[in-house]
Amino acid sequence: MKATETEIKINNLNVFHGNHHTLKNINIEIPKQKITVILGSSGCGKTTLLKCLNRLTDLYSNIKVNGEIIINGEDILHSKEDITNIRRKMGLLSQMPYPLPMNIYNNIAYGLKISGRKKKKYLNKRVEYYLKQINLWEEVKDRLKDPASSLSLGQQQRLCLARGLTVDPNIILADEPTSALDPVSSNAIEELFLNLKQHYTTVLVTHTLRQAKRIADYVVFMYLGEIIEQGPADEFFNNPKMEKTKSYLRGTSN
Amino acid sequence: MLACLLLVMTMPLLIGIGLFLKSTLLLDNNSIINLLFSKTWKPLNQNFGFYPFIISSIWVTLTAIIIAAPICLLTAIYLTQYSKKYFLKIMHPVIDILAGIPSVVYGVCGVLIIVPFVSTIAPIFGKQSSGYTILSGGIVLSIMITPFILNILIEIFRNIPDELKEASLSLGATKWETIKFVLIKKASPGIISSIGLGISRAFGETMAVLMVVGNVTKIPKNALDPGYPLPALIANNYGEMLSIPMYDSALMFGALILFVVVLFFNIISRLTITKLEIY
Repeated sequence: MKATETEIKINNLNVFHGNHHTLKNINIEIPKQKITVILGSSGCGKTTLLKCLNRLTDLYSNIKVNGEIIINGEDILHSKEDITNIRRKMGLLSQMPYPLPMNIYNNIAYGLKISGRKKKKYLNKRVEYYLKQINLWEEVKDRLKDPASSLSLGQQQRLCLARGLTVDPNIILADEPTSALDPVSSNAIEELFLNLKQHYTTVLVTHTLRQAKRIADYVVFMYLGEIIEQGPADEFFNNPKMEKTKSYLRGTSN
Repeated sequence: MLACLLLVMTMPLLIGIGLFLKSTLLLDNNSIINLLFSKTWKPLNQNFGFYPFIISSIWVTLTAIIIAAPICLLTAIYLTQYSKKYFLKIMHPVIDILAGIPSVVYGVCGVLIIVPFVSTIAPIFGKQSSGYTILSGGIVLSIMITPFILNILIEIFRNIPDELKEASLSLGATKWETIKFVLIKKASPGIISSIGLGISRAFGETMAVLMVVGNVTKIPKNALDPGYPLPALIANNYGEMLSIPMYDSALMFGALILFVVVLFFNIISRLTITKLEIY
């Protein structure tokens, strides 16, 4: 395995929800164009960590964030750059698919339109391109004008993934993207991640150990707001060092 | 208890049937088209044209909605998207107080404040006016329906999941773009429904409007003309001329029109909010 570059460097990240210390001294180097899986049981701060990465934490006035998150040599937590530009570098996929209240076509075109590209011909081509990338084109090409909510959950989640790709991000952030889906749809999403990883750095939050085993290149294991152990997937699964990790992998964690 | 429930449930039906039976006398002698579209209202000559009253009602209601709807929409967006949380907590009792003020108090305020105000601004539009106009009625009504529209809108905007907002923001949309393209669109069935309920309230409101609208039986041509809405017609005349059975029946027919219109908008509003979840 060749030496990997770092896409995101997180230094001493601390997050408080009011008085509650949700994330404690987080330090991670997320490798470029790999799938990094953040693993841990519910409520351990995985989602918060993900939201820090594109500063959606800004939306909630009771959350305080300290530390550094360095992307492309710039600390995005204290950046002067417009937050919308920072967010545009990352596609976000949430637990439940939340298609925008528009038709299928416009769900994809939305990101392009708000970044100023409005030519009909160009949009048509890009919409087709992105829908093909997520293997949805064949299923929806005859009903692009239907509301996105008429799709099945699995299709909606793929649509949301494509929507995230339209703004040409370097990074995909995914928060338990398959937890609401049936096994077939889950597989489809996982395969998409594996296909996309040559172009994108993926950060995936999950509580499913098997999913992590299937697709992770790098694993971060969290417990109650702290990182217990992190490392390349092989090492992490085959040769864990910490007692907590071992018991989690054995399935006896509490 | 069941009997009470049944009583409450059949009440609207009973009222509707009652109004219909009472207006049959009029309906037997006049065609419904004639009643709705004839312009002459001369009860003593047996001419019952409701057209001026219906048009007045529509004018007053539309004026009220045009004023109230944008104000309520922007207020609801500000309260749910921009302001601090405690502000919303302060607003709830304020809205309840607005909703609880008796209609006649609004009427008095209208006479004391709105009517002179309209009278002063009328010359700007090249009109002389006493101030007792459709516009005054519309302004008073717009304040009265604000709490009802606002309450629904706040609820609608609060119930939009944060994740939808996050999805739009994570695509690099600004907050305003997110509100404009995503949240308002998501809320649109609710917005339509709240306006429908506003209309049905405004259409039937009697006292406050009656006090400021002029009550002249003439078809208003613009908002600075006086008008005579249906509820005012009934309130002003019922009880006075019951010696003429046809007049009595005509007023009941007026009430029936009100009842049907209000019912219609109520049902439409409820349907849009439940069935029209297009997206």
